[in-house]
Amino acid sequence: MADAMVASGLPIVCAGIGVGHNGARLLHGIELTVERGACTLILGANGSGKSTLLRVLHGLAAPSGGTIAWGGSAHRPAGQAMVFQRAVLLRRSAAANIRYALDLAGVRGSEADARIDDALTEVGLRALAARSARVLSGGEQQRLALARVWALSPEVLFLDEPTASLDPGATHEIENVIGALHAAGTKIVMVTHNLGQTHRLADEILFMHEGRLVERAPADRFLKHPASREAAEFLEGELPW
Amino acid sequence: MNAFSESLSLAAGLVAHLDAKLSGIVLLSLRVSLTATALAALVGLPIGAAIAVGRFPGRHALTIVLNSMMGLPPVVVGLVVYLLLSRAGPLGTFGILFTPTAMIVAQTILITPIIAALSRQVVADAWSEYREQLTSLGATTPSAALTLILDTRFALATVLLAGFGRAIAEVGAVMIVGGNIDGVTRVMTTTIALETSKGDLPLALALGIVLIAIVLIVNAVAQYLREWARTRYG
Repeated sequence: MADAMVASGLPIVCAGIGVGHNGARLLHGIELTVERGACTLILGANGSGKSTLLRVLHGLAAPSGGTIAWGGSAHRPAGQAMVFQRAVLLRRSAAANIRYALDLAGVRGSEADARIDDALTEVGLRALAARSARVLSGGEQQRLALARVWALSPEVLFLDEPTASLDPGATHEIENVIGALHAAGTKIVMVTHNLGQTHRLADEILFMHEGRLVERAPADRFLKHPASREAAEFLEGELPW
Repeated sequence: MNAFSESLSLAAGLVAHLDAKLSGIVLLSLRVSLTATALAALVGLPIGAAIAVGRFPGRHALTIVLNSMMGLPPVVVGLVVYLLLSRAGPLGTFGILFTPTAMIVAQTILITPIIAALSRQVVADAWSEYREQLTSLGATTPSAALTLILDTRFALATVLLAGFGRAIAEVGAVMIVGGNIDGVTRVMTTTIALETSKGDLPLALALGIVLIAIVLIVNAVAQYLREWARTRYG
């Protein structure tokens, strides 16, 4: 899935990452290496720093302390993509939204046409290719956001609660696409509050609490035997989600 | 009241019969103000988008200046353009004073800050929604600015209509730089002022009716455009 022509952005190595905003410390001393392979889900209560960590990993937020490197480089690589909680789509057709992303990535002409067709087919939106993206339903918009990602064939995909506002049916469809992307070789790093989704998708868990990375564990072990008190409380529903 | 009714009746007759003099004045007004709006859009939209998306020293100060310039008095703009274009002025060699071109220049200067300031606000609102996504996709600042101009095109069309409304309704600047020469630079607003001072109220009133009709049409188009765009593009 990942484009072999683009220099690898993996592993992503965070060393002592801290992020502050208006005097508040959002992240503290994050030591983390994100490697190829496992589907990684980030869990934690509201305000624990999950989304901030995701943005730092994607290069959208600059750390105020520590260092981050993508494949040994201090510059964010091209082979990354992100899907947000609410799909951000341009006021143009579904197909044109994907074409825009491909154009920025330097993919044009018949190659772009083929990728657009393939991506829309993959997410089941081929029939809506000419429909304006902003009038699609919430689930369709999120699938289109994933189709845009699919067409880009990213090496790493970050997702920030992509199913938070969707019904179970739409959530299931989104999870299928995420699974297909992962099966095709894309590294998945996803923030979620949904424990059912965690069971279905996660290979490993990063658990955040009050801006710190408290626990990193294989999903099965984390869900059955969390090592930290905070994670146990979270799984028992005693921490606010 | 009788004088008003009589004037109104005569004015309606002029409009209904498409009086040649009236038509000439209306067409010149439209030509000058539409051209000025187009030129102001070419300059103002990129400036507004650049200030909205760009991050550079003095950006906030520039925004304040731009917002303040929305209230530029037309007579002051007219005076400055007059001084620039007059025979002794730095641009006097062009010889365009008292021509429609000079009126276009004055109106362009008058409404460019309006279009730039309003488009800055429209694009800034869109940027706050799109910033992370466009950055994630690898858009550069100029590319993002262009994308946002295209994506907010319907809101920006309303901005352009606001600029056009300001241009076609102003009198001070075009009076000074155009000279209100009959058949050459006489537009609706300057004619209304002149004919009123002469006591020829029917023509003044007829032009007033046309002017109000144009403003109403412009606003109706803007409203229709907004509704259509919301339905079609979300």
